[in-house]
Amino acid sequence: MDKVLFGDNQFFAVNHASDEKSRAQAIRFKDDRAIIQVLDQAIDLGINTFMCTTHDRIANVCDHLRANPAKYADFLIYPCMPYAHKYANAVTELGIAGTIKQYVPGNVFSTFAKGGFAFLNKDFIKLMELLIDAEMKMFKGIQTPVIFIQNVLVDMILGLKMFEVFKEYDAYIRKKYQAEPGYITMNMPALLDALNSVGIENPIICSSINKIGFRMSGGIEIYEKYLNEKEFRPIAMQVLAAGALRPKEAIEYLGNFPKIESVLFGASSQSHIKETKDLIEKYLCPIAVAD
Amino acid sequence: MIRGAIIGLGKMGLSHTAIIGANPKVKLAAVCDTSSLVLSAFKKFSQIKTYSDYSKMLDEEPLDFVVIATPTKFHYPIVKSALERGIHTFCEKPFSLTVKEGEELVALVNQKGLVNQVGYHNHFIGTFRELRRLIQTGILGELTHFTGEAYGPVVTREKGGTWRSKPEEGGGCLYDYASHVLNLIQEIIGRPVKSSGILLKSIYSKGVDDAVYALLTLNDGTSGVLSVNWSDETYRKMSTSITVMGKKGKLICDATELKIYLKEAAPHEGLDKGWTTKYITDLAIPVDFYLRGEEYSAQLDYFVDSIINRNKAEYNTFEQGLYTDKVIEMLIDNSKNNHHG
Repeated sequence: MDKVLFGDNQFFAVNHASDEKSRAQAIRFKDDRAIIQVLDQAIDLGINTFMCTTHDRIANVCDHLRANPAKYADFLIYPCMPYAHKYANAVTELGIAGTIKQYVPGNVFSTFAKGGFAFLNKDFIKLMELLIDAEMKMFKGIQTPVIFIQNVLVDMILGLKMFEVFKEYDAYIRKKYQAEPGYITMNMPALLDALNSVGIENPIICSSINKIGFRMSGGIEIYEKYLNEKEFRPIAMQVLAAGALRPKEAIEYLGNFPKIESVLFGASSQSHIKETKDLIEKYLCPIAVAD
Repeated sequence: MIRGAIIGLGKMGLSHTAIIGANPKVKLAAVCDTSSLVLSAFKKFSQIKTYSDYSKMLDEEPLDFVVIATPTKFHYPIVKSALERGIHTFCEKPFSLTVKEGEELVALVNQKGLVNQVGYHNHFIGTFRELRRLIQTGILGELTHFTGEAYGPVVTREKGGTWRSKPEEGGGCLYDYASHVLNLIQEIIGRPVKSSGILLKSIYSKGVDDAVYALLTLNDGTSGVLSVNWSDETYRKMSTSITVMGKKGKLICDATELKIYLKEAAPHEGLDKGWTTKYITDLAIPVDFYLRGEEYSAQLDYFVDSIINRNKAEYNTFEQGLYTDKVIEMLIDNSKNNHHG
């Protein structure tokens, strides 16, 4: 993985420090061209990986990438699925069964040839695979070497202790997409233990890592212990703690943990992208990974 | 370790199940729902016992507590059954469909002396906590006006849906969205005692309201505006805010920041004259397991700790939930009077 992973929160009005700022972002990135322009600036600065949610508008960005194959030949996308608010709003409005009907491609009753929902009751893994395929459709023809599940789903499965689901996800991503499965979480130590317990070794885990312990559930001490002692491939996110930290002190802190392979960050201006990227290149010294 | 169970496995119920499941102080003994789809997922992937009949579960399982996250119309019978068996109870919001039923449950829980809590999770967001504390210090002087708002993208198209589109079952923006704001106003500023000029508007829904606008007067005489709309897709998710104005300044609070304007500095609070912003990064309540927001874990930690430590709870008691139901009933009555008058 590259040291620098460019994120997409800024494009979709996700701002953990201010609802007001998030509205300003929604206005600025109303147009897909505004998103592509910022992506191009990031590429010009030498960033080659875009880690993004399976938001409807990413499909438009993917169309643009496919339409310009020469320009984006080396460009990688790390999809993060699902775009949870889409499903969460649907569950409030339609219920769980209604949501499945809405988002599973085609008709559930024809997808599962015999018995519809009755059959579906016994085949959750098939349902999961169908939903993954539906989310992955927009990336056809684009390189997606790592595919993530979003933290809402990861942490839900983690809390429900349905760890076998991780195993099935892991296997399907490797088999169908020849990609490495990744996990985003707000509960990194507990997740690593859970993944290890079902035989998933050395996983890619993206979690909040910052020197004030923001969104590091269970406390900063256990996070630091895992970063120092356990075997996994950490990606740091929320490194600026939603703006509470200055970039230099934030990234300098990450340099304490040689295991951190990459940093995920998003920014809207070329100068901010450059500043953060330069700091990451300077302070992050990941230890060489065998593969 | 105390033993708990979850009844109702919709969005909130699943979220509560995951949070309780991750709490090392609790043994999650069982879950209960009527959906065979959801129960078979639990049977297949988890060790948790499943029930489709809550009475059977309450009879068979020795439980210290239950979390009830069913559609609102089932709150009354299920809460009553749990309380009668001496089980501490957490109930999702809104608390009850009718004030009469709610009053009966409050009387019962007080008689039994059980821990009780309603799921108004905004009280476990650090910024709203700080807003409440600041107002209690009297920093704004005499209050002159407030605005309570919530907007979000729940119903943005014309089509029928679940129980949330049935007013008699507790559907609609007033029960679902505005209840949060009314409860915040009630616990942070003062209890609404009068409403006027209420508008319950259907925008896309048939049969229920998608927006609620009203003027409210509180028990201390302060008046203000309620403005809530769940059909506003300019918001990515539910966004709730409270603004309070007083003779000495103004406070604007949402889930991410608290903006403070003071006409004179308040050195004892470390606040300058003019604007100061406090951020959730400094105010968030630390939790050991995070799912969708600290507040969802923090409210259940508080409930579990109240049971273990036998504390008398300060936040989100049934009585407070019932008061919000009373205000909702007042708003509905007033809106009917508007139509006929």
